[in-house]
Amino acid sequence: MSWKEHDYESIPGTYVFDGKTSHSSYALNKLFYSFNQEENRKAFADDPEAYAGKFGLPDDQKAALLAGDFLALLKMGANIYYLAKLAIPSGTSVQDAGAAFHGITTDEFKALLQGNAEGFEEKLDRAGGFWHG
Amino acid sequence: MAKVIGGITTSHIPAVGNALADPAKRNDPYWKRFFDGYDPVREWLSDVKPDVAIVVYNDHGLNFFLDTIPTLAIGCAHEYKNADEGWALPQLETFPGDAQLSWHIVESLIGQEFDPTMCQEMLVDHGFVVPMHLMWGHLAGWPVKAIPLAINTVQHPLPTGRRLFNLGKALRAAIESYPEDLKVVVLGTGGMSHQLQGERAGLINVDFDLACMDAVINDPEWLASKSNSELIEQAGTEGVEIIMWLTMRGALHANVNVVQKHYHAPISNTGAGVLVLENAT
Repeated sequence: MSWKEHDYESIPGTYVFDGKTSHSSYALNKLFYSFNQEENRKAFADDPEAYAGKFGLPDDQKAALLAGDFLALLKMGANIYYLAKLAIPSGTSVQDAGAAFHGITTDEFKALLQGNAEGFEEKLDRAGGFWHG
Repeated sequence: MAKVIGGITTSHIPAVGNALADPAKRNDPYWKRFFDGYDPVREWLSDVKPDVAIVVYNDHGLNFFLDTIPTLAIGCAHEYKNADEGWALPQLETFPGDAQLSWHIVESLIGQEFDPTMCQEMLVDHGFVVPMHLMWGHLAGWPVKAIPLAINTVQHPLPTGRRLFNLGKALRAAIESYPEDLKVVVLGTGGMSHQLQGERAGLINVDFDLACMDAVINDPEWLASKSNSELIEQAGTEGVEIIMWLTMRGALHANVNVVQKHYHAPISNTGAGVLVLENAT
Protein backbone atom coordinates (compact mmCIF):
# COMPACT_ATOMS: atom_id res chain seq x y z
CA MET A 1 0.00 0.00 0.00
CA SER A 2 1.70 3.18 -1.11
CA TRP A 3 1.00 6.40 -2.96
CA LYS A 4 2.97 7.16 -6.09
CA GLU A 5 5.12 10.30 -5.91
CA HIS A 6 4.66 13.05 -8.51
CA ASP A 7 6.94 15.76 -9.88
CA TYR A 8 4.35 18.46 -9.10
CA GLU A 9 4.75 17.79 -5.36
CA SER A 10 7.96 19.82 -5.41
CA ILE A 11 6.23 23.02 -6.61
CA PRO A 12 6.20 25.27 -3.54
CA GLY A 13 2.95 26.53 -2.04
CA THR A 14 0.94 24.31 -4.37
CA TYR A 15 -1.43 21.46 -3.51
CA VAL A 16 -2.44 19.41 -6.53
CA PHE A 17 -5.77 17.68 -6.05
CA ASP A 18 -4.83 14.12 -6.98
CA GLY A 19 -6.04 10.74 -5.86
CA LYS A 20 -4.07 10.78 -2.62
CA THR A 21 -5.48 14.18 -1.69
CA SER A 22 -9.02 13.39 -2.77
CA HIS A 23 -9.01 10.08 -0.92
CA SER A 24 -8.00 11.76 2.34
CA SER A 25 -10.72 14.38 2.20
CA TYR A 26 -13.70 12.78 0.50
CA ALA A 27 -16.10 13.52 3.38
CA LEU A 28 -14.89 17.10 3.69
CA ASN A 29 -15.44 17.83 0.00
CA LYS A 30 -18.79 16.03 0.17
CA LEU A 31 -19.80 18.47 2.91
CA PHE A 32 -18.78 21.41 0.70
CA TYR A 33 -20.63 19.90 -2.25
CA SER A 34 -23.80 19.78 -0.14
CA PHE A 35 -23.70 23.60 -0.10
CA ASN A 36 -25.02 23.58 -3.67
CA GLN A 37 -28.41 23.44 -1.89
CA GLU A 38 -29.44 26.54 0.01
CA GLU A 39 -31.11 24.60 2.82
CA ASN A 40 -27.78 22.90 3.57
CA ARG A 41 -25.97 26.24 3.69
CA LYS A 42 -28.56 27.42 6.20
CA ALA A 43 -28.27 24.26 8.28
CA PHE A 44 -24.50 24.69 8.43
CA ALA A 45 -24.78 28.38 9.35
CA ASP A 46 -27.28 27.52 12.11
CA ASP A 47 -25.15 24.83 13.74
CA PRO A 48 -21.77 24.20 12.09
CA GLU A 49 -20.69 21.56 14.56
CA ALA A 50 -23.84 19.49 14.24
CA TYR A 51 -23.75 19.78 10.45
CA ALA A 52 -20.09 18.72 10.33
CA GLY A 53 -21.00 15.76 12.55
CA LYS A 54 -23.29 14.36 9.88
CA PHE A 55 -20.38 13.88 7.48
CA GLY A 56 -18.04 11.92 9.76
CA LEU A 57 -15.06 14.22 9.34
CA PRO A 58 -11.76 13.37 11.04
CA ASP A 59 -11.19 15.55 14.11
CA ASP A 60 -8.46 17.68 12.52
CA GLN A 61 -10.55 18.48 9.45
CA LYS A 62 -13.57 19.27 11.60
CA ALA A 63 -11.51 21.63 13.77
CA ALA A 64 -10.10 23.44 10.72
CA LEU A 65 -13.60 23.73 9.24
CA LEU A 66 -15.06 25.18 12.43
CA ALA A 67 -12.10 27.58 12.70
CA GLY A 68 -12.50 28.65 9.04
CA ASP A 69 -8.78 27.98 8.50
CA PHE A 70 -8.55 27.84 4.68
CA LEU A 71 -4.88 26.98 4.49
CA ALA A 72 -5.26 24.12 6.97
CA LEU A 73 -8.31 22.85 5.07
CA LEU A 74 -6.39 23.02 1.81
CA LYS A 75 -3.46 21.14 3.28
CA MET A 76 -5.85 18.48 4.57
CA GLY A 77 -7.30 17.95 1.12
CA ALA A 78 -10.04 20.51 0.50
CA ASN A 79 -10.47 21.05 -3.22
CA ILE A 80 -10.32 24.75 -4.03
CA TYR A 81 -13.50 24.72 -6.14
CA TYR A 82 -15.39 22.93 -3.35
CA LEU A 83 -13.84 25.21 -0.73
CA ALA A 84 -15.35 28.10 -2.71
CA LYS A 85 -18.79 26.75 -1.85
CA LEU A 86 -17.91 27.34 1.81
CA ALA A 87 -16.15 30.65 1.28
CA ILE A 88 -18.27 32.63 -1.18
CA PRO A 89 -21.69 32.37 0.57
CA SER A 90 -20.08 33.69 3.74
CA GLY A 91 -18.86 36.75 1.86
CA THR A 92 -15.27 35.61 1.26
CA SER A 93 -14.10 36.44 -2.27
CA VAL A 94 -11.35 34.61 -4.14
CA GLN A 95 -9.13 37.59 -3.31
CA ASP A 96 -9.97 37.25 0.39
CA ALA A 97 -9.14 33.55 0.17
CA GLY A 98 -5.86 34.27 -1.63
CA ALA A 99 -4.96 36.76 1.08
CA ALA A 100 -5.76 34.17 3.75
CA PHE A 101 -3.45 31.63 2.09
CA HIS A 102 -0.63 34.21 2.20
CA GLY A 103 -1.48 35.60 5.61
CA ILE A 104 -1.81 39.13 4.19
CA THR A 105 -4.67 41.59 3.79
CA THR A 106 -6.98 41.50 0.79
CA ASP A 107 -5.65 44.87 -0.39
CA GLU A 108 -2.12 43.50 -0.21
CA PHE A 109 -3.22 40.45 -2.21
CA LYS A 110 -4.87 42.65 -4.85
CA ALA A 111 -1.63 44.63 -5.09
CA LEU A 112 0.23 41.33 -5.57
CA LEU A 113 -2.08 40.48 -8.50
CA GLN A 114 -1.58 43.93 -10.06
CA GLY A 115 2.17 43.60 -9.60
CA ASN A 116 2.24 40.19 -11.28
CA ALA A 117 0.45 41.65 -14.32
CA GLU A 118 2.40 44.91 -14.39
CA GLY A 119 3.76 45.92 -17.76
CA PHE A 120 1.55 43.55 -19.71
CA GLU A 121 0.51 46.21 -22.22
CA GLU A 122 4.14 46.85 -23.19
CA LYS A 123 4.54 43.12 -23.67
CA LEU A 124 1.48 43.07 -25.96
CA ASP A 125 3.05 45.89 -27.98
CA ARG A 126 6.27 43.93 -28.34
CA ALA A 127 4.47 40.67 -29.25
CA GLY A 128 2.32 42.47 -31.83
CA GLY A 129 -1.05 41.69 -33.30
CA PHE A 130 -3.02 42.31 -30.11
CA TRP A 131 -6.19 44.33 -29.95
CA HIS A 132 -5.77 47.54 -27.99
CA GLY A 133 -8.57 49.52 -26.50
CA MET B 1 -22.81 18.95 -44.34
CA ALA B 2 -22.00 20.62 -41.04
CA LYS B 3 -18.76 22.52 -40.76
CA VAL B 4 -16.63 24.23 -38.14
CA ILE B 5 -16.56 27.92 -39.03
CA GLY B 6 -14.22 29.02 -36.27
CA GLY B 7 -13.02 28.79 -32.72
CA ILE B 8 -12.98 31.13 -29.76
CA THR B 9 -11.05 31.12 -26.50
CA THR B 10 -12.35 32.86 -23.42
CA SER B 11 -12.22 33.08 -19.67
CA HIS B 12 -15.10 31.51 -17.76
CA ILE B 13 -14.54 32.78 -14.22
CA PRO B 14 -17.49 33.63 -11.93
CA ALA B 15 -16.23 37.21 -11.41
CA VAL B 16 -16.91 37.88 -15.10
CA GLY B 17 -20.42 36.50 -14.69
CA ASN B 18 -20.98 38.79 -11.71
CA ALA B 19 -19.69 41.79 -13.66
CA LEU B 20 -21.92 40.94 -16.64
CA ALA B 21 -24.92 40.91 -14.31
CA ASP B 22 -24.17 44.49 -13.24
CA PRO B 23 -24.50 46.95 -16.17
CA ALA B 24 -22.50 49.59 -14.24
CA LYS B 25 -19.42 47.36 -14.50
CA ARG B 26 -19.27 47.58 -18.31
CA ASN B 27 -17.46 50.92 -18.24
CA ASP B 28 -15.94 50.59 -14.80
CA PRO B 29 -12.17 51.27 -15.15
CA TYR B 30 -11.34 47.81 -13.81
CA TRP B 31 -13.51 46.03 -16.39
CA LYS B 32 -13.71 48.33 -19.44
CA ARG B 33 -10.61 47.19 -21.29
CA PHE B 34 -11.45 43.53 -20.67
CA PHE B 35 -15.03 43.85 -21.98
CA ASP B 36 -14.07 46.15 -24.87
CA GLY B 37 -12.01 43.27 -26.24
CA TYR B 38 -15.17 41.21 -26.61
CA ASP B 39 -16.91 43.70 -28.90
CA PRO B 40 -15.10 42.39 -32.01
CA VAL B 41 -15.97 38.83 -30.93
CA ARG B 42 -19.66 39.69 -30.78
CA GLU B 43 -19.42 41.48 -34.14
CA TRP B 44 -17.80 38.44 -35.72
CA LEU B 45 -20.50 36.16 -34.28
CA SER B 46 -23.25 38.43 -35.60
CA ASP B 47 -21.59 38.30 -39.05
CA VAL B 48 -20.98 34.55 -39.30
CA LYS B 49 -24.15 33.51 -37.43
CA PRO B 50 -23.24 30.06 -36.15
CA ASP B 51 -26.09 27.60 -35.62
CA VAL B 52 -24.36 25.59 -32.90
CA ALA B 53 -21.77 26.31 -30.22
CA ILE B 54 -19.80 23.48 -28.69
CA VAL B 55 -18.61 24.78 -25.32
CA VAL B 56 -15.53 23.03 -23.96
CA TYR B 57 -15.34 23.69 -20.24
CA ASN B 58 -14.89 22.00 -16.90
CA ASP B 59 -17.53 21.35 -14.29
CA HIS B 60 -16.52 22.77 -10.89
CA GLY B 61 -18.62 20.52 -8.68
CA LEU B 62 -22.16 21.11 -9.90
CA ASN B 63 -23.16 18.28 -12.24
CA PHE B 64 -20.35 15.97 -11.15
CA PHE B 65 -19.21 15.27 -7.61
CA LEU B 66 -16.00 13.44 -6.75
CA ASP B 67 -17.90 10.15 -6.45
CA THR B 68 -17.91 9.85 -10.25
CA ILE B 69 -15.63 11.97 -12.41
CA PRO B 70 -15.70 11.40 -16.15
CA THR B 71 -12.60 12.58 -17.99
CA LEU B 72 -14.78 13.59 -20.95
CA ALA B 73 -18.53 14.14 -20.79
CA ILE B 74 -20.92 15.48 -23.41
CA GLY B 75 -24.46 16.75 -23.13
CA CYS B 76 -26.95 14.80 -25.24
CA ALA B 77 -30.09 16.71 -24.36
CA HIS B 78 -32.38 19.18 -26.08
CA GLU B 79 -31.90 21.70 -23.29
CA TYR B 80 -29.60 22.52 -20.38
CA LYS B 81 -30.19 24.37 -17.15
CA ASN B 82 -27.85 26.11 -14.75
CA ALA B 83 -28.29 25.90 -10.96
CA ASP B 84 -27.22 27.29 -7.63
CA GLU B 85 -23.51 26.47 -7.37
CA GLY B 86 -23.25 27.22 -3.69
CA TRP B 87 -23.57 30.99 -3.88
CA ALA B 88 -27.24 31.41 -4.79
CA LEU B 89 -26.87 31.91 -8.54
CA PRO B 90 -30.26 32.66 -10.09
CA GLN B 91 -32.02 30.20 -12.38
CA LEU B 92 -31.45 31.45 -15.93
CA GLU B 93 -33.25 30.96 -19.19
CA THR B 94 -32.74 27.40 -20.43
CA PHE B 95 -29.99 26.84 -22.99
CA PRO B 96 -31.29 25.03 -26.08
CA GLY B 97 -29.30 21.97 -27.18
CA ASP B 98 -29.13 19.79 -30.29
CA ALA B 99 -29.55 16.21 -29.12
CA GLN B 100 -29.28 14.70 -32.62
CA LEU B 101 -25.94 16.37 -33.27
CA SER B 102 -24.74 15.41 -29.78
CA TRP B 103 -25.52 11.75 -30.38
CA HIS B 104 -23.86 11.89 -33.78
CA ILE B 105 -20.74 13.35 -32.16
CA VAL B 106 -20.78 10.64 -29.48
CA GLU B 107 -21.04 7.91 -32.07
CA SER B 108 -18.29 9.41 -34.17
CA LEU B 109 -15.96 10.05 -31.21
CA ILE B 110 -16.36 6.54 -29.84
CA GLY B 111 -15.67 5.20 -33.32
CA GLN B 112 -12.49 7.29 -33.24
CA GLU B 113 -11.57 5.80 -29.83
CA PHE B 114 -12.54 8.74 -27.64
CA ASP B 115 -15.04 7.69 -24.99
CA PRO B 116 -17.15 10.54 -23.62
CA THR B 117 -19.69 9.94 -20.87
CA MET B 118 -23.14 10.53 -22.37
CA CYS B 119 -25.33 12.90 -20.34
CA GLN B 120 -29.06 13.19 -21.08
CA GLU B 121 -29.45 15.48 -18.11
CA MET B 122 -26.63 17.86 -17.37
CA LEU B 123 -26.55 20.92 -15.18
CA VAL B 124 -24.18 23.53 -16.62
CA ASP B 125 -22.11 25.67 -14.29
CA HIS B 126 -20.27 28.99 -14.69
CA GLY B 127 -17.67 27.31 -16.90
CA PHE B 128 -20.37 27.05 -19.57
CA VAL B 129 -22.72 29.87 -18.58
CA VAL B 130 -20.19 32.73 -18.44
CA PRO B 131 -18.83 32.13 -21.98
CA MET B 132 -22.38 31.91 -23.34
CA HIS B 133 -23.17 35.28 -21.77
CA LEU B 134 -19.94 36.82 -23.02
CA MET B 135 -20.82 35.78 -26.57
CA TRP B 136 -24.58 36.24 -26.72
CA GLY B 137 -25.84 37.55 -23.38
CA HIS B 138 -26.63 40.96 -24.89
CA LEU B 139 -29.25 39.44 -27.22
CA ALA B 140 -32.85 38.55 -26.45
CA GLY B 141 -32.80 34.75 -26.35
CA TRP B 142 -29.99 32.40 -27.41
CA PRO B 143 -29.31 32.53 -31.17
CA VAL B 144 -27.43 29.21 -31.10
CA LYS B 145 -27.97 25.71 -29.87
CA ALA B 146 -25.28 24.75 -27.41
CA ILE B 147 -23.56 21.46 -26.67
CA PRO B 148 -21.63 21.24 -23.39
CA LEU B 149 -18.40 19.24 -23.59
CA ALA B 150 -17.06 18.89 -20.05
CA ILE B 151 -13.41 18.00 -19.51
CA ASN B 152 -12.11 16.98 -16.10
CA THR B 153 -9.63 19.60 -14.93
CA VAL B 154 -10.50 19.22 -11.23
CA GLN B 155 -9.56 15.71 -10.11
CA HIS B 156 -6.02 14.76 -11.11
CA PRO B 157 -4.86 12.92 -13.12
CA LEU B 158 -6.24 15.16 -15.88
CA PRO B 159 -6.17 14.27 -19.55
CA THR B 160 -3.05 15.52 -21.32
CA GLY B 161 -3.09 18.55 -23.55
CA ARG B 162 -2.14 16.30 -26.46
CA ARG B 163 -5.16 14.09 -25.89
CA LEU B 164 -7.43 17.11 -25.83
CA PHE B 165 -5.82 18.45 -29.01
CA ASN B 166 -6.49 15.10 -30.66
CA LEU B 167 -10.03 15.18 -29.26
CA GLY B 168 -10.51 18.43 -31.15
CA LYS B 169 -9.37 16.78 -34.39
CA ALA B 170 -11.83 13.94 -33.80
CA LEU B 171 -14.54 16.48 -32.98
CA ARG B 172 -13.95 18.19 -36.32
CA ALA B 173 -14.25 14.86 -38.15
CA ALA B 174 -17.47 14.19 -36.25
CA ILE B 175 -18.96 17.57 -37.16
CA GLU B 176 -17.90 17.34 -40.80
CA SER B 177 -19.65 13.97 -41.14
CA TYR B 178 -23.02 15.31 -39.95
CA PRO B 179 -25.43 15.56 -42.88
CA GLU B 180 -27.23 18.76 -41.89
CA ASP B 181 -25.89 22.10 -43.12
CA LEU B 182 -24.93 23.58 -39.79
CA LYS B 183 -22.34 26.19 -38.93
CA VAL B 184 -20.53 25.21 -35.75
CA VAL B 185 -18.29 27.32 -33.54
CA VAL B 186 -16.13 25.71 -30.85
CA LEU B 187 -15.42 27.59 -27.61
CA GLY B 188 -12.33 26.63 -25.65
CA THR B 189 -12.79 28.11 -22.20
CA GLY B 190 -10.84 28.58 -18.96
CA GLY B 191 -7.44 29.85 -18.02
CA MET B 192 -5.25 31.65 -18.45
CA SER B 193 -2.59 31.67 -15.74
CA HIS B 194 -4.02 31.61 -12.24
CA GLN B 195 -3.63 29.82 -8.98
CA LEU B 196 -6.43 30.20 -6.46
CA GLN B 197 -4.91 28.05 -3.74
CA GLY B 198 -1.96 27.77 -1.38
CA GLU B 199 0.92 30.07 -0.63
CA ARG B 200 1.48 30.49 -4.38
CA ALA B 201 -2.06 31.88 -4.84
CA GLY B 202 -2.14 34.97 -7.03
CA LEU B 203 0.29 33.67 -9.62
CA ILE B 204 -0.13 35.39 -12.99
CA ASN B 205 2.46 34.61 -15.67
CA VAL B 206 2.00 37.11 -18.49
CA ASP B 207 4.98 35.86 -20.50
CA PHE B 208 3.72 32.30 -20.45
CA ASP B 209 0.15 33.41 -21.28
CA LEU B 210 1.36 35.31 -24.34
CA ALA B 211 3.51 32.35 -25.41
CA CYS B 212 0.45 30.12 -25.10
CA MET B 213 -1.70 32.47 -27.19
CA ASP B 214 0.93 32.53 -29.92
CA ALA B 215 1.23 28.75 -29.76
CA VAL B 216 -2.51 28.21 -30.00
CA ILE B 217 -2.49 30.27 -33.19
CA ASN B 218 0.75 29.16 -34.84
CA ASP B 219 2.20 26.15 -33.07
CA PRO B 220 -0.35 24.17 -31.04
CA GLU B 221 2.12 21.27 -30.91
CA TRP B 222 4.24 23.39 -28.54
CA LEU B 223 1.40 23.59 -26.06
CA ALA B 224 0.25 20.02 -26.66
CA SER B 225 3.74 18.76 -25.81
CA LYS B 226 3.67 20.30 -22.32
CA SER B 227 2.98 17.96 -19.41
CA ASN B 228 0.30 19.00 -16.95
CA SER B 229 3.02 19.35 -14.29
CA GLU B 230 4.84 21.86 -16.49
CA LEU B 231 1.60 23.75 -17.05
CA ILE B 232 0.88 23.83 -13.31
CA GLU B 233 4.37 25.14 -12.65
CA GLN B 234 4.11 27.88 -15.29
CA ALA B 235 0.42 28.76 -15.25
CA GLY B 236 -0.77 27.65 -11.80
CA THR B 237 -2.95 24.82 -10.55
CA GLU B 238 -6.08 26.34 -12.09
CA GLY B 239 -4.25 27.77 -15.11
CA VAL B 240 -3.87 24.19 -16.33
CA GLU B 241 -7.41 24.67 -17.70
CA ILE B 242 -5.75 26.03 -20.83
CA ILE B 243 -5.50 22.43 -22.06
CA MET B 244 -9.16 22.85 -23.02
CA TRP B 245 -8.17 25.49 -25.60
CA LEU B 246 -6.39 22.72 -27.47
CA THR B 247 -9.69 20.95 -28.17
CA MET B 248 -10.93 24.11 -29.88
CA ARG B 249 -7.67 24.40 -31.81
CA GLY B 250 -7.75 20.75 -32.87
CA ALA B 251 -11.17 21.33 -34.41
CA LEU B 252 -9.67 23.90 -36.81
CA HIS B 253 -7.34 23.51 -39.78
CA ALA B 254 -3.56 23.55 -39.38
CA ASN B 255 -3.48 27.15 -40.62
CA VAL B 256 -5.81 29.76 -39.20
CA ASN B 257 -6.54 33.44 -39.58
CA VAL B 258 -6.72 35.58 -36.47
CA VAL B 259 -9.92 37.63 -36.22
CA GLN B 260 -9.35 38.82 -32.65
CA LYS B 261 -6.47 38.55 -30.20
CA HIS B 262 -6.98 40.21 -26.84
CA TYR B 263 -5.31 39.93 -23.46
CA HIS B 264 -5.91 41.61 -20.15
CA ALA B 265 -4.62 41.07 -16.62
CA PRO B 266 -5.46 40.85 -13.86
CA ILE B 267 -9.13 39.98 -14.14
CA SER B 268 -10.03 38.70 -10.71
CA ASN B 269 -7.08 36.37 -10.03
CA THR B 270 -6.34 35.52 -13.67
CA GLY B 271 -4.74 36.47 -16.93
CA ALA B 272 -7.56 36.63 -19.49
CA GLY B 273 -6.96 35.80 -23.15
CA VAL B 274 -9.42 36.01 -26.03
CA LEU B 275 -8.87 34.56 -29.49
CA VAL B 276 -11.20 34.30 -32.47
CA LEU B 277 -9.74 32.03 -35.13
CA GLU B 278 -11.05 31.09 -38.57
CA ASN B 279 -9.74 28.42 -40.87
CA ALA B 280 -7.29 29.92 -43.38
CA THR B 281 -8.57 29.64 -46.91
